[in-house]
Amino acid sequence: MPHRLLRFALSRRHPEPRMFREPSRLKDGYDVVIIGGGGHGLAAAYYLARDHGIRDVAVLERGYLGGGNTARNTTIIRSNYLTPEGVKFYDASVRLWRELSTELDFNLFYATRGHFTLAHSDADLRTARWRAEVNKHFGVESEVVDAAFVKRRVPQIDLECGGHTPILGALYHAPGAIARHDAVAWGYARGADRRGVEIHQNTEVLGIDVRDGAVAGVRTSKGNIATKRVLCAVAGSTPRVLDLVGLQVPLTIHPLQAMVSEPLKPWLDPIIVSSSLHAYVSQSARGELVMGASLDPYELQSTRSTLDFAEGLAVHMLDLFPFLSDVKVLRQWAGMADMTPDFAPLMGLTPCDGLFLDAGWGTWGFKATPISGKTMAHTVATGTAHPLITGFSPARFASLSLSSEKGAAAVGH
Amino acid sequence: MKLIPCPLNGPRPALEFVCGGEVRAMPDPDTCSDAEWTNYLYLRRSVPGVKREWWCHTPSGYWFVAERDTARDEILKTYDAAGISA
Repeated sequence: MPHRLLRFALSRRHPEPRMFREPSRLKDGYDVVIIGGGGHGLAAAYYLARDHGIRDVAVLERGYLGGGNTARNTTIIRSNYLTPEGVKFYDASVRLWRELSTELDFNLFYATRGHFTLAHSDADLRTARWRAEVNKHFGVESEVVDAAFVKRRVPQIDLECGGHTPILGALYHAPGAIARHDAVAWGYARGADRRGVEIHQNTEVLGIDVRDGAVAGVRTSKGNIATKRVLCAVAGSTPRVLDLVGLQVPLTIHPLQAMVSEPLKPWLDPIIVSSSLHAYVSQSARGELVMGASLDPYELQSTRSTLDFAEGLAVHMLDLFPFLSDVKVLRQWAGMADMTPDFAPLMGLTPCDGLFLDAGWGTWGFKATPISGKTMAHTVATGTAHPLITGFSPARFASLSLSSEKGAAAVGH
Repeated sequence: MKLIPCPLNGPRPALEFVCGGEVRAMPDPDTCSDAEWTNYLYLRRSVPGVKREWWCHTPSGYWFVAERDTARDEILKTYDAAGISA
């Protein structure tokens, strides 16, 4: 046994299967180049190879795989949105999520927990009723429940919220779920890699060559690539990449912060969101409470954290769960959210031929990972927007046909 | 960025301020094209760097201009709106 171990250590070709290959150099050209090795970019690569037979694909990632918003979100998956295009899109996503562990042969720890959006006022209840009716119309499980129902599912909650914002009821969305987010990037990466896709980490895009209004190639820190099709899936870095071809989009970048507590015994099954208190929380499979609030109040292209955020969030968490006063915060971090004016994404074709955009994912990107990958793969392969994403065209602003997705993130607006 | 130097009130906690967005020239709504108008409404140059922005000190209701680095969360300069063309 020690002999085998020694041989293993000295061997250059480790027999253990890796998650994906690390190609030593870029080829001179690819059929499709995907900028951004997060969940969305890798999912698009996976579905391009699986559904459309396009395997000559390179995914370029400036940092490491899934090091951006894919592993910085709070992993909530739901489809109780407000607009018809939003509900249909996210419902399709939830259907893919349910099968994804089997599909990728990789345990994503997908757990259906149920999702409460608490109502603290008549106005909250009215919005909850509105969302429930739209959801039911499209066949999504969603209902308005009373405070006693909330208390039965979460006995630890203080329905009075310290006396100043009592809980009157909630919007309950039974399919609400959480998943292990970094596994999503790895699972898609492995699936894409097995189908021939190349994943290049530490490869920064420095320029995009455009000839006669069409994409001709991509210049990177590791050399130049000839390609006619480029998918930009870089969330908070979208303005920087689009600036390379002189395009502007309706995006402003705000940090979105989150934090986790020390691990606790399992006590919180559902996901709890309160828009009035600007707070949401779920308990991860590891027992940590994953907590978030609204966006930082001004534009900033950075992932710094602030004490203001942690203090503000802790105050509201204690309104809901006073017994957490002794629990410690373990980590705090931020991601760069690319916010659109109507809280719906920017997906589809751009004025530059061959340049496809998957952006505007603000605070709602993780839950859309599978369906955005699938619809963007279709869009890149066929050159026309998938029917599910026509409402998210970046061109909608020029015609003033905005989406008005107020249900986008339940906090902050 | 915990303190913001207000030209009227001196350094005050950042929580007392709201950002009103980049200082941009509005096209004349009577003469500009529809495309110019929707571009003005929605398109933003969000590349990180130093930007001139409107900020308001809410307790005093005072609007002023700040030059801020949107990559480093740092205000370089603040001045009254009267100095905007300077």
